[in-house]
Amino acid sequence: MRRFLSLGLLCLMLLGTALTAQAQSSSSTPDDQAALALLTALDVDSYRDKGDAITAILQSDDERARDWLQALLDGRLQRTDDGRFVLVLDNRGRDWPVADALTNEPLGDMSRRDLDRIGINNALRNQLRSAIAVVDLYSPNVERRRTSADRLLGEVDGELAETLAPVIADAEDEYVRTRLAQAVAIYRAEQGDMAGVEALTGSLHPRARVALGRAANSDDAVVADAATAALAGIEQQLKINRGLETLYFGLSLGSVLVLAAIGLAITFGVMGVINMAHGELMMLGAYTTWMMQQLLPGQPGLALILSIPAGFMVAALVGIAIERGVIQFLKGRPLETLLATFGISLILQQLVRTVISPLNRTVVTPEWMSGSLVINDALSLTLNRMYVLGFALVVFAALMLIMRRTRLGLEVRAVTQNRAMARSMGIRATRVDIMTFALGSGVAGLAGVALSQLTNVGPNLGQNYIIDSFMVVVFGGVGNLWGTLVAGLSLGVINQVLEPWAGAVLAKIIVLVFIILFIQKRPRGLFPQKGRAAEG
Amino acid sequence: MTMQSTSSQFWLTRPFGERATQLFLGVLLSALVLVTVLHLAVPQGHPLHVNAYTVNLFGKYLSYALLAVAVDLVWGYLGILSLGHGAFFAIGGYAMGMYLMRQIGDRGTYGHPVLPDFMVFLNWDSLPWYWHGFDMAWFAFAMVLLAPGMLALVFGFLAFRSRVTGVYLSIITQALTFALMLAFFRNEMGFGGNNGLTDFRELLGFNLRSDATRLGLFIATGVALALGYILCRAIVTSKLGRVCVATRDAEARTRFIGYRVERFQLFVFVVSAMLAGLAGALYVPQVGIINPSEFSPLFSIEIVLWVALGGRATLYGAVIGAILVNYAKTIFTGIMPDAWLFALGALFVLVTVLLPKGVAGLLGHLKRRKEEDHPPKEATA
Amino acid sequence: MSLLQSLKARDRVFDFMATQSSPVDVRHGPILYMEDVTVSFDGFKAINNLNLTIDDGELRCIIGPNGAGKTTMMDIITGKTRPTEGSVWFGSRHNLLQMNEPDIASLGIGRKFQKPTVFEALSVFENLELAMAADKRIFPTLTARMTGEIKDRIDDVLETIGLTELRFQPAGILSHGQKQWLEIGMLLMQRPRLLLVDEPVAGMTEQEMERTAELLTGLAGKQSVVVVEHDMGFVRSIARKVTVLHQGSVLAEGSMDQVSNDPKVVEVYLGSDEEESA
Repeated sequence: MRRFLSLGLLCLMLLGTALTAQAQSSSSTPDDQAALALLTALDVDSYRDKGDAITAILQSDDERARDWLQALLDGRLQRTDDGRFVLVLDNRGRDWPVADALTNEPLGDMSRRDLDRIGINNALRNQLRSAIAVVDLYSPNVERRRTSADRLLGEVDGELAETLAPVIADAEDEYVRTRLAQAVAIYRAEQGDMAGVEALTGSLHPRARVALGRAANSDDAVVADAATAALAGIEQQLKINRGLETLYFGLSLGSVLVLAAIGLAITFGVMGVINMAHGELMMLGAYTTWMMQQLLPGQPGLALILSIPAGFMVAALVGIAIERGVIQFLKGRPLETLLATFGISLILQQLVRTVISPLNRTVVTPEWMSGSLVINDALSLTLNRMYVLGFALVVFAALMLIMRRTRLGLEVRAVTQNRAMARSMGIRATRVDIMTFALGSGVAGLAGVALSQLTNVGPNLGQNYIIDSFMVVVFGGVGNLWGTLVAGLSLGVINQVLEPWAGAVLAKIIVLVFIILFIQKRPRGLFPQKGRAAEG
Repeated sequence: MTMQSTSSQFWLTRPFGERATQLFLGVLLSALVLVTVLHLAVPQGHPLHVNAYTVNLFGKYLSYALLAVAVDLVWGYLGILSLGHGAFFAIGGYAMGMYLMRQIGDRGTYGHPVLPDFMVFLNWDSLPWYWHGFDMAWFAFAMVLLAPGMLALVFGFLAFRSRVTGVYLSIITQALTFALMLAFFRNEMGFGGNNGLTDFRELLGFNLRSDATRLGLFIATGVALALGYILCRAIVTSKLGRVCVATRDAEARTRFIGYRVERFQLFVFVVSAMLAGLAGALYVPQVGIINPSEFSPLFSIEIVLWVALGGRATLYGAVIGAILVNYAKTIFTGIMPDAWLFALGALFVLVTVLLPKGVAGLLGHLKRRKEEDHPPKEATA
Repeated sequence: MSLLQSLKARDRVFDFMATQSSPVDVRHGPILYMEDVTVSFDGFKAINNLNLTIDDGELRCIIGPNGAGKTTMMDIITGKTRPTEGSVWFGSRHNLLQMNEPDIASLGIGRKFQKPTVFEALSVFENLELAMAADKRIFPTLTARMTGEIKDRIDDVLETIGLTELRFQPAGILSHGQKQWLEIGMLLMQRPRLLLVDEPVAGMTEQEMERTAELLTGLAGKQSVVVVEHDMGFVRSIARKVTVLHQGSVLAEGSMDQVSNDPKVVEVYLGSDEEESA
């Protein structure tokens, strides 16, 4: 495979020079007969012959070659009953829009039954990918060049290495340059070449590790030692990176827990109310996001932004309804409140199941939140988690501000510490209760909005987080925002650290047992709140 | 609450002297007899005939009733709201299930004389250590009581010693049962994973599929309920029961008088757990399966609803509540399954807000109204 | 006392031989003897060289302004707080400073706190039954039977505190004063030798105060009673001997008349009034 690659590369170098000399226009009109012959050579039974046909296409200087190769890889290169080659533009559904492979002229829709796919196997798939990668090295699009440079790691052989040398020298983009150099170094290292081994020090790419592994078995002791040393160094780096990744995931999970638990900490701390429907308020927030996306199709980003206030409002309003409708009649009876709110959680779940659907709903992540931030070959941080982490911190900061700087916050703190005294000073404790509950519920709604970006949105979403939220509150200390933050983040990290070692379920169990034992030592949590505590 | 105080009788026979207990036992025993007669003596097809399926259903209700009594003992009289009693029920059920699995012997799908089917399926070659002994009835039956009892002992010891009370304790019990549910769902635990244990054949040589066995189990559950009720009533009317009530209302004061409150709490908690385990063990052969969903937090909270609806701190209220709610559930899920969760949720809200003393409270209220209209003779000292 | 002293003192049993269950020795008169007791919290002396002797069977009233150290003094006797200096003896045999709270309680020192806590869901009779000195372990409590003897004892206490007619009523319906008496009753069930009563008449009506005075004076003789009170009228009606505490030590001691005419006491209690009226 590599032989033809280097051959192809040679030819393409010529083509490339020609291409870069001229503008990217279809000024060169290849011979259609020759093109047809190239494509016809693909429509054979033998896969080996197909491979040769692909090589031929690669060696041709046809500018459509790339499109054909890509279509072939995607299974979109098909032949009609009358022998015409077409490219399928959209292969969903039963009727496909197609275009002529030679002229790119759209031909309308054709039924898939009238088309014959040119099939490939896995070996051909690899060959095609590499071929396309090579072509792309000359693409004017820098992204394409980078991707193809990535693909060449491990696919380079002796001749290709030589031919790549000037490409590397000429490359304008630093990333392409480094990558191609790495690709060459991998080849060299596998050959037992010292220079290659040295060049690969510190490279975190898995392919580099394979190459170094092979080099470590080399007969040449010096090279073998150098390779082993390099591998050890890389292992170290990898451990650090894995640790960072675990930390990142832990913080991400923790930030979700914080969002989920913080509303609970507020209502529990101020009113001594255990709200078992808290999870369902989160669920409502998530569903609000889904609803928003339904209302604004094609604009998931805008829908998400709007969902933030919307989710807050929806959850807050439902929270107020719960407070006025049920909780106010159960003042001073925390166990009864627990049971009643549990009933409400059942009702809310069933409501969503019957009114909307018992199945999960899809919530789309907007583009600016998808993808990841690539730090290096071993560490890439998904963007959506980063946004959620940031969001959680912003919400936390906002809550701290409200609690510390606003009149409402002052009243809330007064009522928490000494209700009777606060009332005798003119603070309307009932109003504070309602506002607190609304605030706590609203934050739950925000948690739901964030969760919609990380997990499935379904009627059971609340159930999955309610126990964890309580654990965070119990661990961190009731009514204390900092406690919730520390507890949530640390529980998230602990969970993530345990997971690869013990498995997700066992990790959860260990965390629960740990908290039960922790409560033995410090029954009030990490940062106990003075004042109104929930005695039974 | 009786104003009679400790009498001079032997503590276990004391309940028989109470009118309420006599009434309850009378009703229970008559119900058992009635169902038996209607099942055996009345021919099939007759509208009053009780078929085997219904007998089975009633047996299930009775085991739930025993479970509810166990929860009322610990909640109504000790003030400990355990939201994880389903765990004890399930553990007792699993103990029985393990015995029944061993009884299958080589009649399973894979025909292995020792290993249950699911273990063969997992390619295990020997019985895990904790399964040993469950082929013997006496051991399994002992474990039905001991396993939940020991869990309650450890958990209660840790919890009560550090004075964890109130809502915190309730949440922790939820977490406990949740953790157990997750654990039992795993195949590696060796309890059948999420399929649980099922496909039982025999109990003590009696074929579980036969009508006679079903009737027998129904009666056995009824008897167990009666005995459990008497035991709880005996505890409650003893001096210990009063210490529990004192603890429930003023824990510090009780300690100050000189009672080691944690020990009393632990004692009652363990007894309650054992009763719950017994209920589970009687439940399993009647429904034919035990799986980790019995550990679900929702189930444990439902039990509390039964007691709340029936009226806590009465014991007979728990029985009423358990039967009523589960009967309603059977009807609802038959006719309008979607509406059941609505109804359940609404029940929670209505009972806590409007009917804090439950049905028993309602009955008591009516009785008092009647007494006001027709004052009784002088109350005896 | 030092080893040499304990060897020479012929009228005492060695300390290590005086077990807790050995009876309280009051052959020398005092049932409670506090000598040079000082309690210092970081330099602040809550109790400052306090010397107090209560005779067996006496009814003593302790009065003093707020912050005088009355509650701290009681805490020391019951073992809740340890003094930095001084000695506290119960009878001549029991060194209270070497005993812990539950042991002191079982020795026969009972304390009634200011705020009555009775078990509201239980009847008066049951409240007393629970408080009774008995084997308080689990199994004995479970199997306990009501004997005629126990019933008689409870009836006795009921009569003493005057709640016989209400004995089967739930304690929750009692008035504030009645609850206080019930609590005293619960204390009595423990057969205490020394009763420490903290502000018993706070919140009571006139009639209730009278009854309480009768009750407490009736108790003296068989028991020793120390009453801490603010209400001067009440103190006057029951006290034979009054001790005035001020800033952690005894300011004056004597009959009510003696004490109320003592110029030091007058200044402490009434001094600020004179300043205000000036």
